[in-house]
Amino acid sequence: MLTISNLHVRVAGKEILTGLSLEVAAGEVHAIMGPNGAGKSTLGNVLAGREGYEVTAGSVVYQGEDLLALPPEQRAAKGVFLAFQYPVEIPGVNNTYFLRAALNAQRRARGEAELDSMQFLKRVRETLRVLHISDELLHRAVNEGFSGGEKKRNEIFQMAVLEPQLAILDETDSGLDIDALKLVADGVNKLRDPARAFIVITHYQRLLDYIVPDRVHVLADGRIVQSGDKDLALKLEEQGYAWIRERQLAGAA
Amino acid sequence: MSAFVRSQLDGATTVPGPAPGWLVELRQVARQGFEATGVPGPRDEAWKYTQLKALQGRTPTVGDPDAAQRPIDLEKMLLEGLTGPRLVFLNGTFRPEMSRLDALPAGVDLRPLSSVLGSDPETARMTFASSEDEHGVGLVQLNTALAADGVWLKIAAGTVAEQPIHLVFAGADTGADLAWHLRHTITLAPGASATVIEQHVGESAAAQLSNVVESLRLGAGAALRHLRLQESPLSATLVSRSTVQLDADAVFESVALELGAGLSRRDMRVRLEGAGARLDARGATALRGRQHTDAHYEVRHIARDTSCDIRWRGIADERARAVFGGTIVVEVGADGSDAKLSNKNLLLSPHAEIDTRPVLEIFADEVKAAHGATVGRLDDNALFYLRSRGVPEVQARTMLTYAFCADALAAVEPESLRAQLGARLAAHLPQQHEVDA
Repeated sequence: MLTISNLHVRVAGKEILTGLSLEVAAGEVHAIMGPNGAGKSTLGNVLAGREGYEVTAGSVVYQGEDLLALPPEQRAAKGVFLAFQYPVEIPGVNNTYFLRAALNAQRRARGEAELDSMQFLKRVRETLRVLHISDELLHRAVNEGFSGGEKKRNEIFQMAVLEPQLAILDETDSGLDIDALKLVADGVNKLRDPARAFIVITHYQRLLDYIVPDRVHVLADGRIVQSGDKDLALKLEEQGYAWIRERQLAGAA
Repeated sequence: MSAFVRSQLDGATTVPGPAPGWLVELRQVARQGFEATGVPGPRDEAWKYTQLKALQGRTPTVGDPDAAQRPIDLEKMLLEGLTGPRLVFLNGTFRPEMSRLDALPAGVDLRPLSSVLGSDPETARMTFASSEDEHGVGLVQLNTALAADGVWLKIAAGTVAEQPIHLVFAGADTGADLAWHLRHTITLAPGASATVIEQHVGESAAAQLSNVVESLRLGAGAALRHLRLQESPLSATLVSRSTVQLDADAVFESVALELGAGLSRRDMRVRLEGAGARLDARGATALRGRQHTDAHYEVRHIARDTSCDIRWRGIADERARAVFGGTIVVEVGADGSDAKLSNKNLLLSPHAEIDTRPVLEIFADEVKAAHGATVGRLDDNALFYLRSRGVPEVQARTMLTYAFCADALAAVEPESLRAQLGARLAAHLPQQHEVDA
């Protein structure tokens, strides 16, 4: 589904990703772990198409297409979803209205019929029920005045309604208490599907107790330095990222 | 003397309609005053950002002699669903057959000023009495000299007018530059309550000038909800000056959308004279091309425990210019007052201009006051957030632009009216796209 090859990315003149390669197949959950400043969020933003990220080398092929050539809204229409580390507050734009506009724009782009408000509300209510989220967030402006937990829940809710093919969760666990964390993990697990892939970016192993990954990658200094199965996350938790650093040094010597 | 001043003074000899002796005298004084004062110029601080240079060179005819017969397709311009009393002026002339003055509810006196001057001129005396500090204001003097008509609305004590009162000011092309001067009086006796919807529409390729002086008085405990929808043609120059006086516990809720006209200057001077009086003013302007609007508020807290909350949003695209001036004065003795002023602006083009000047002057104790003004661009993070969910860029920009000023309409009831206003606002935004109100 997704092939990232030797990706080099600059932000404000500084090289952040320095040759990152990653292969994600449909149905898989990949965890990307790493210390602060390793380039984890840069990866998520580049995949979603945020401006200000300069790709100096490498490629990203998504479902056989050059992902980097597409504007953000077309990536979304083709099934790419980024759950933001810091979801944006948008006063004056109603959450339901926004989500319907987004879903229908995606459907238009894919040549599918748009949903009328009845069809849309039915889908929304069903999603809320499955995720055990209160419908109160429907009536509010997008993320405005939401607590940290509510914002992350809203990201998962949007993901569930938009049904992406490739969902990237950028530190969705940061700042969450254990209940909110479980709710987020529960949402992801319910959406796991042979046709859908997840990239779960996280600093801590904790989230991976609830979302069990197929592969775990360690991102350091702008590239993947270690890959393994879910046990790698446990080992990182035990030994800390310094352990990776030592292994790198040992390898270099 | 500018060409404009000369053209209007020449017009002053042809004021239509009956005039009692005191009015003839008043007009004579005002005429001389205007001749000496002229229109505001570059040295007039209150008009610093709105220069009337173009107006100085114009020589509009005063009044349209054919206004009573001139055809206009009003229905397609007016807000829908308003079935209550209506007063229509076309090119400054009262149009009875377009108005709806039959079956006025008890306690509601709605007439054109010309009718009052004809039948009962003494009661109109107040209308022409301008306050001390307006003596030197040229455009007010000009209005006093020439205004022969306007809105006359009185709501009797304790009367609750259920249906909104619709005031329509339309411009129609006469093929030449045209000026009209209207004088409005809106009085709510103690305990009265009403909704007024003021709508400015028109179709004219030729330039037009509307110069309005308005006096609003709210008695103790009266409540006026006032809505202004300004969609005049780009050929229009609108100048208006409203003085609002509020007695104890009176409430004035004002919502204004300034969308049309090439140049619109609106002065709102609000005096909170009775304890507990309250002003809530919201508004937005969305401009493009070379449009210019100037919204000026001057609020005086005179009595104690008075409050005001002003929220104005400005959007300027292309070469447009949005000016805001907000001055709040809390006078000695107006203790316990609460004053809020917020002006936020969105600059959508490098050639557009925003000028904002919020001023707070406080001479009382235990006053709560807050003011803020910002000028910015659309938030890149919000834009990316919407696009990352699949909303195309143009639509995302429109959504954010609309959201920026939709706050102005949040309190409008009923929902059907709010939706119409939202749609009209959306239609004026830089990138047009259907938006839910």
